[in-house]
Amino acid sequence: MSQKVKMPERDPKIRKKDFKQVNTGYTRDEMLKEAKRCLQCKNPSCSRGCPVEVNIPGFIKYLAGDNPSQAVKVLKQKNNLPAVCGRVCPQENQCERLCILGKKGESICIGNLERYATDIAFENNDSIAVAEKSGVKVAVVGSGPAGLTCGGDLLKMGYDVTVYESLHSAGGVLRYGIPEFRLPKEVLDKEINNLKKLGMKIILNTLIGRTRTVKELFNESYKAIFISVGAGLPVFPGIEGENLNHVYCSNEFLVRVNLMRSFDFPNYDTPVYRGKNVVVIGGGNTAMDSARTALRLGAESVKLIYRRTEKEMPAREEERLHARKEGIEFIVLTNPVKFIGDEKKFVKAVECIKMELGDYDDSGRRHPQEIKESNYAIETDMVILALGLHPNPVLTLLTEGLNTDRHGYIIIDDNYMTSVPGVFAGGDIVGGDTVIEAMGMGKKAARSIACYLNQK
Amino acid sequence: MYKIVSKKEIGPKVQTYEIYAPEIARNAKAGQFVIFRIDDKGERVPLTVAGADPQKGLVRIIFQETGKSTMQLASLCEGDCIKDFAGPLGRPTEIKKYGTVVAAAGGVGTAEVLPVIKELKKAGNRIITVIGARCKDLVILEDELKRESDLLLFATNDGTLGIKGFVTDVLKDIISKEKIDIMYAIGPVPMMKAVAELTRSERIKTLVSLNPIMLDGTGMCGACRVSIGGKIKFVCVDGPEFDAHCVNWEELVSRLELFKNLEKISIDKFKYNQECKCHKK
Repeated sequence: MSQKVKMPERDPKIRKKDFKQVNTGYTRDEMLKEAKRCLQCKNPSCSRGCPVEVNIPGFIKYLAGDNPSQAVKVLKQKNNLPAVCGRVCPQENQCERLCILGKKGESICIGNLERYATDIAFENNDSIAVAEKSGVKVAVVGSGPAGLTCGGDLLKMGYDVTVYESLHSAGGVLRYGIPEFRLPKEVLDKEINNLKKLGMKIILNTLIGRTRTVKELFNESYKAIFISVGAGLPVFPGIEGENLNHVYCSNEFLVRVNLMRSFDFPNYDTPVYRGKNVVVIGGGNTAMDSARTALRLGAESVKLIYRRTEKEMPAREEERLHARKEGIEFIVLTNPVKFIGDEKKFVKAVECIKMELGDYDDSGRRHPQEIKESNYAIETDMVILALGLHPNPVLTLLTEGLNTDRHGYIIIDDNYMTSVPGVFAGGDIVGGDTVIEAMGMGKKAARSIACYLNQK
Repeated sequence: MYKIVSKKEIGPKVQTYEIYAPEIARNAKAGQFVIFRIDDKGERVPLTVAGADPQKGLVRIIFQETGKSTMQLASLCEGDCIKDFAGPLGRPTEIKKYGTVVAAAGGVGTAEVLPVIKELKKAGNRIITVIGARCKDLVILEDELKRESDLLLFATNDGTLGIKGFVTDVLKDIISKEKIDIMYAIGPVPMMKAVAELTRSERIKTLVSLNPIMLDGTGMCGACRVSIGGKIKFVCVDGPEFDAHCVNWEELVSRLELFKNLEKISIDKFKYNQECKCHKK
């Protein structure tokens, strides 16, 4: 059985010094070879693994025939951000996991092919089928993956879509969270420009709840509202010394570098501290992104501390491998207990405790427990906390009648509608976790919104 | 883009601007702030809303040239535009009838006190305003403060206006003479801390408006976190006003120092470029 064509990547020694993409993308020959491996199943299981329901054999068939622009058209029927998905989706858990070839050999590299198609034929956006404009206005709050997907689908159905974004640039986590070396901002700009060409209006610098309220949006003749404000509120561990200088949460560090482009300071105005011996705490994609970013800012050593083992890390396998090849040191079964500062309140060490895995917990993972008196200190001058996020509370607190659960997530029904009629929600603010999950919810919510508007 | 409709220098290196931003003007309340970014390479900088005219769609900001971005903002002219202007952010001041309100301010904190006392006066409070400055020439907004206050007092380090001394000296005097229902202190951290220490023993409820380093200003990064009564709070969404007696001042002071070296690099580069432009002219 044929083996998959591996995605070429840049030498770790070179790439760890810059922010350019790690994976360089298939050449035409590599693409053709990989696309031709696809069996073109009549009843494809791969598509069932895709949260936005892309017709996978359909687009691969065009690629195998060396017709990337037709392939993009197939992708765009279902996916409003294919260049993003080809790069950041955890395909190994989704489409590629269900590929029939994977049963006995290696799955088709669906993500790599998706990326090839969009890289080659990106501008080709002309013939996307857009329904006749209905003139009915829908507002989307938040321009992250969920909002852009929901808004994009509603546009295609003929609605007049306006997206409100609190920051000065659209894209949500794709803009401020995922680094340039995984998703170049140029690629994101192209995706967003394509949506604008379809008629999406994006209004920046507008914090719904503060700048204008949900009620005001309804008064301005929006007929439905989709809330996708994400989970932006960082979690702090609640241990001594967490407010010492140069202890950052990953969101702050990544916003400085990705959104504010502080890697190019002082050409750009926003400063960022360049740690020499950096400690990152966490095991998710955000932790990997933070560690690899710190390395690229010139760190001599980057240690990643995680309380379980590498097997339990939520980060993508590919990112873990990339991180390790670049020289990130993984310290597993270890948890911080306090941060130690110098006389000027700058962090100088992390006191850690060793852990062992105990019984299985609700999440199906073994619960880590402390090993008594195993404390030891790791010297550091910069700590980045990547412990997850809580739902952003601003909009929910300021919107009357919008019900949330005890953690602050917006409660929705089977149709993605909230407790306020005409207000829908999706993505991390209802408990989503990944980019593609948010996009999947955005897509389903768009269908529900259209259904709701038709009934009115 | 957001247009600078008017510009006036009201003190040494202190400017007051009116920016055309109708949505912010319509919803801004006393105690809230905005974040501006001058251009594509700019940083996000918070400034208190010093007033708003919803009819004309104007938001007033008052700022001192202290860093690269405020220097650059001051170098713009009427009619120029800035790239981004977001707000209103933060929780508004709680406006109700307390009785006698004492508002103490230092430096550009004066501009932040102005909208607060204006609203508190409308709510029927008696307003005593105390302004501290190094000398008479550094006092700003005197006429407007006079209009909004029942009593306006000054303390200057050199005695050129009001008493010679600090804001706290005036406050001690007021406290000894009458009952104060609530106190506001807005200004440099040492001043706010000194007021907090004074009123703690007198058991006078005191609110301060904190000014930590901020990045997004919408609650997503924690750059502006402070310890209030031992708990982490984000100034941008939980504040900016907090109970002065619960603030961990040492922590706030040290966190404000974070980027001092880098800020200097940025300022030096800006000054150098400004000079270069002048030579070219």
